[in-house]
Amino acid sequence: MKQKDRIKKVQTEKYILAPEKKGKRNKILRAVGLTIATIVTAAISLLFLMPIVLTITNSFMSPTEFAANYGAIFATTKSGGRQFVSELVNLKFIPDMVSFSQYATVLFKSRDYLLKFWNSMILVVPIMLFQLGVAALAGYGFYRYKGKIRGVIFFAYIILMLMPYQVTLVPNYLVSSWLGILDSYWAIWLPGIFSPFSVYLITKYMNRIPLSCIEAAQIDGAGEFRIFTKIALPMSKGIIMSTGILVFIDYWNMVEQPLILLSDPEKYPLSVYLSKINSGEVTLAFAVATIYLIPTLLVFLYGEEYLVEGITYQGGVKA
Amino acid sequence: MSNTNIQGKKFRHKYSKHQLRAKWGSTIFLIPSVAGCALFFFVPYLVVIYYSVLDNPIGKHFVGIENYKSVFQNSAFRTAVTNTGVFSAIAVPLAVVLSLLLAILLDHKIPLRTQFRAFLLSPMMVPVASIVLIWQVLFDQNGAVNVLLSKFGVTGVDWLKSDLAIVVIVILFLWKNIGYNMILFMAALSSVPQDIIEVARLESCGNVRIFFTIKLRYLVSTIVFVTIMSLINSFKIFREIYLLTTDYPYESIYMLQHFMNNKFKSLDYQMLSAAAVVMSLVMVVIIVVLFKAEEHFSKDLDG
Repeated sequence: MKQKDRIKKVQTEKYILAPEKKGKRNKILRAVGLTIATIVTAAISLLFLMPIVLTITNSFMSPTEFAANYGAIFATTKSGGRQFVSELVNLKFIPDMVSFSQYATVLFKSRDYLLKFWNSMILVVPIMLFQLGVAALAGYGFYRYKGKIRGVIFFAYIILMLMPYQVTLVPNYLVSSWLGILDSYWAIWLPGIFSPFSVYLITKYMNRIPLSCIEAAQIDGAGEFRIFTKIALPMSKGIIMSTGILVFIDYWNMVEQPLILLSDPEKYPLSVYLSKINSGEVTLAFAVATIYLIPTLLVFLYGEEYLVEGITYQGGVKA
Repeated sequence: MSNTNIQGKKFRHKYSKHQLRAKWGSTIFLIPSVAGCALFFFVPYLVVIYYSVLDNPIGKHFVGIENYKSVFQNSAFRTAVTNTGVFSAIAVPLAVVLSLLLAILLDHKIPLRTQFRAFLLSPMMVPVASIVLIWQVLFDQNGAVNVLLSKFGVTGVDWLKSDLAIVVIVILFLWKNIGYNMILFMAALSSVPQDIIEVARLESCGNVRIFFTIKLRYLVSTIVFVTIMSLINSFKIFREIYLLTTDYPYESIYMLQHFMNNKFKSLDYQMLSAAAVVMSLVMVVIIVVLFKAEEHFSKDLDG
């Protein structure tokens, strides 16, 4: 008993009290470390934000100021040669004079950009909604019963999810040409709707719903569809939001699919069309870029927590 | 004995009835997804394999591995594979390591932590098309980066039209992907059991050692996942390159998707099919190897 006490005392001195003695030095060290960490993080964060901020602030630049600052790169004479207003670029964080002329032109004069923005919306929103619908159903199917065949199918989904566009676009192109939907939005909508990404994420989340909830409802006489709409769906609301945000961001940014599956540039979404902006209208580009940024910016500001949760759930493919 | 046996049977019977109901009742839920995936991905993929051994889709003459041979002999394909490989080999490890470092930074109790997290994540939501313009302003021959460099007496180059193009693309890739990876690492770091770390700290184990001997082991599966996701995203880099340089990039950034696009334009089905099959096989091998590595490193963990 005595010996035990003594050991305890020694241990306390060694492990609990010892750090206390050099506590002051540690505290200073920790404060210094924390300050450095904060400064480094802040610097990196600013660097990360810079391109976005620059795009937005430069969208308030008048065409003349644009030409004066960026003429060295973009401005061209009518014959196609470069028109040098200044030799070098003069990167401006804030324009000298705030002007809405870029926006005025985009919104009221060259309607082309708004049309392409609308194309993007028409392409992305149905994909997002229907992909979520199909995936919520499938997620319940995978959660409700785990047989050998379903295991194999789910594994195939994971592999498919991890395949790059270079692989999946070839089958998509073949089917679209068989069905005669090439060059129509169906060629992008349909593969998008059945893309397995949402299925994977929603299934993973639903697998956490305790079976006892389902069994209780079953005993009360609820059918499968009722269990789905009254229990499984409300319980996975959060992950469905997160998945929706991830899907929206992904498809809002699409480039490969329209390039290959659509041949009519009139049908292109703004993402592709923006890169084809001709030099005569390049002064508008920052405003168009900002307008294109707004939906995802809103989604981000509104749903950042959901986005983070969604990403977190993606981690650990096999769980 | 016999009594329990009967009861056991009865129980099993009841159980399987429930199971049966769950099985058939929930099959309907799977039909839309499975049918859609089969129609748009799996069945046509089988056709792709079939096309890859034919001389052309109309004549349907079996040629064995001829198409594969011609894919590998195609110099554009070889350039594309090399460039994509080089890019991924540079970009993926950088993306994994840098995002892990950032996650460790943000794991400390620094002020404005959630704001910093949001800032670092924000490039992910920005459509590439929106920022290519600013990227051109930065990296043009007369661009802002060169202006800055000239102040230090360094003569700039036309970044996107030189061998340094890959540097620009790697920076763009890191900018876009680090936030996403960082979120995954932050989640993994916060799920390391605190009691183990406390014990280690009591054993007067330093922060660095705690990281390498304890936390890293719990991070293995996340590292594997982040590597896979970064690899896949590195194959999507075509987007950025296309939007920056349109159809004809500098040779060192001519990627696999450029090759595929050209083949789509000429409707070269055999070449496309063979290339797609080769790529899918390579992807499967990479994924399986990474999963096996994860299994090997994290088999003695219980959480």
